Amino acid sequence: MRSPTRGRRSRLLATAAGGLALLVLAACSGGSTAGSGNGTKSVDMAAELKKPATIEFWSWVDGIQSEVNLFEKKYPNIKVKVVNAGQPAAEYPKLRTALKAGSGAPDVVQLEAHEVSSFTITKSLLDLAPYGANSVKSKFLPWAWSQVSQGSSVYAIPQDTGPMGMLYRKDIFDKYHIQVPTTWAEFATAAEKLHKADPKAYLTNMSPSNGASYTGLLWQAGSRPFKSNSATSFDVNIADAPAKKVSDYWSGLVKSGAVSTDADFTDQWYRGLASGKYATWLTAAWGPLFLQGTAKGTSGKWRVAPLPQWSAGESASGNTGGSTSAVVKSTKYPAAAAAFAEFLNSDPASTKMLASKQSLFPATTALLNDQSFLSTSLPFFGGQKVNQVFSDISKTVSTDFTWSPVQDYVFSDFNDTVGKAMTNKQDLTAALTQWQKSVTTYAKQQGFTVGGS
Amino acid sequence: MSQTVPPAAARRVPPPVVPKSRRPWRSSTREALTAYGFVAPFMVLFAALLVVPLCYAGYLSLFRSQLVGGDVFAGLDNYRRALDDPLFREGVLRMARFLVVQVPVMLAASLLFALALDSGRLRFPRLIRLGIFVPYAIPSVIAALMWGYLYGPDFGPFAQLARDVGLGTPGFLSPHWILASLANIVTWEFVGYNMIIMFAALQSVSPTLYEAAAVDGAGAFRVAWHIKIPAIRPALLLSVIFSVIGTFQLFNEPKLLSALAPQAINTSYTPNMYAYTLVFTNQEVNYSSAVSFLLGAVIVVVSYAVQLASQRKARRS
Repeated sequence: MRSPTRGRRSRLLATAAGGLALLVLAACSGGSTAGSGNGTKSVDMAAELKKPATIEFWSWVDGIQSEVNLFEKKYPNIKVKVVNAGQPAAEYPKLRTALKAGSGAPDVVQLEAHEVSSFTITKSLLDLAPYGANSVKSKFLPWAWSQVSQGSSVYAIPQDTGPMGMLYRKDIFDKYHIQVPTTWAEFATAAEKLHKADPKAYLTNMSPSNGASYTGLLWQAGSRPFKSNSATSFDVNIADAPAKKVSDYWSGLVKSGAVSTDADFTDQWYRGLASGKYATWLTAAWGPLFLQGTAKGTSGKWRVAPLPQWSAGESASGNTGGSTSAVVKSTKYPAAAAAFAEFLNSDPASTKMLASKQSLFPATTALLNDQSFLSTSLPFFGGQKVNQVFSDISKTVSTDFTWSPVQDYVFSDFNDTVGKAMTNKQDLTAALTQWQKSVTTYAKQQGFTVGGS
Repeated sequence: MSQTVPPAAARRVPPPVVPKSRRPWRSSTREALTAYGFVAPFMVLFAALLVVPLCYAGYLSLFRSQLVGGDVFAGLDNYRRALDDPLFREGVLRMARFLVVQVPVMLAASLLFALALDSGRLRFPRLIRLGIFVPYAIPSVIAALMWGYLYGPDFGPFAQLARDVGLGTPGFLSPHWILASLANIVTWEFVGYNMIIMFAALQSVSPTLYEAAAVDGAGAFRVAWHIKIPAIRPALLLSVIFSVIGTFQLFNEPKLLSALAPQAINTSYTPNMYAYTLVFTNQEVNYSSAVSFLLGAVIVVVSYAVQLASQRKARRS
């Protein structure tokens, strides 16, 4: 199950951005037609936001009330009720049930970026374009924005991101004279070397239950598993050439036993992180602070580096995790709900607070270039400026990656195909083809027109 | 497992037949109304919480709802698909394997405990009875969490003990052993429950039979084998049937352990887990209804087969 992983993504670092967003969008909204949702007409937000409204907001981020207070202060007529409906694995079933039942759904809801299209296809999310969403577009990282928008329609506002890097144990590297690998070839050599020197240690752990993390590695290699053709048609290319390359590579390491295959976010895995069983953790920008909370005893021993590259001299990365705020279509107060989603994630004060207090890694360019954010040094990482490293990585994430509208199934099926092959030390590339096949079958059953290899 | 059906079904007593002419019709109508009044609370809940949802699920199972294209009437397509679904089949076969091994072991242990308690030779019989029964009083969620900790390869006491004596780390949560580990949890939970059913039945065996056996020179083991066990045959059958039903409906324990061992327990590990995944991950409510109905059919067939086999055996002996 990928459930335990997901919430952790939220413990991140920092966001800041164009806070005049609302003023701007209010100013832009001359023509005042109530949001008919066709994306061209815009709503008179200034007038709408003066009306009293009460909206419900589901989020699993601890302490997000502080940011909500900022919003309520600015719009005294709008009340926001924060509900923690649980971690993603708990929240989505509740949300789906409420949507199906036609009552009980929140107005604004936290969704992981890869879930947005799964809820768009069920027509559950409000297009925020008529509510001024495009006016905050320029505040956000292009690749974060491309995951929440379809053409000129905007279905969620990015909250945080998870560009991937490599956290490594400097003490273990030093002990066995391992250079920090900059290419995957070096990484493989180092993995064999370490495991030979200490049979109880592994250079890294490849989790058989974390499709999102594996997808991040595919993303880095240039794999584009899904391509949307229209709302009801998409291509499935899970087993494309870059994905095969990645899977061949990990097949080798898994089969030789040079990397471990423990399920992540389990007791055993936490213990492995703390005990030095895994010398690296290939993870997202939300990883450092999570690690700091999990493996306190290893403080000072960790460092951060970019992911190893497929060719020397390249700099590419993928993303794993990261959330958004979406507005549910059934809301009675679309303008208030949309304004809240936009304010929460783009107001400078709010984004800064999300980064410093809630440890979310920013999705806005302003904060990613903010000196006080970048220059924070973490003692856990030997005083390294971790935010700076991830901020640089963030710029190397390619922007054209898109998710499928059936992502729940895709990740769940990962465990039964590629994950299963990892556990059994079998060929991952063959499993990749299986994954491709069952996703295609499922999507067809769901009425999609499916193309691709 | 959900073996919560009360053990003893009250026998229905026919109402006394009263010739109509001797009583005014009003009185009998009133009596009937009173009777209906008494059963009404049950019937209302039964209808609202069981019959209506069941009919609704049956209705749903005849449709196909797609993310694209909406609802269409599908007839028996969902059932056809389920019969052909390897994931469903694997789950059912896995539970059948579980059934064949776990249920006999559990019931044999229950029977042994019940006979020992009934023999009257134990000290502190109440304490022992309570001790064996207590696991049943623990919610299965808590039991699974507790065993999950005990099985843990790092912190688990068994693993630590095994390492200390040089046996290496046992893989209780590995794909190879997980079914046995689950069987152990279920046995632990339900051995006491089944023991109580059998013990209660033993208590109602007429002591004259024992006296007669003693006169004939039968020892304790002979009495147990030839008198006690045959005498509580209906109770044993009841335990078997409940266990069959509970096994095929296994959900809580594997669902919770799957968080600890996702590589060993996948989302379709048991038929009920599969039905759950179909609804909440795959968004296939209709297909899930069909799978659930088929699972119900499997349970009915197996339970009936058990009953039939037992009756045939009873007739032979």
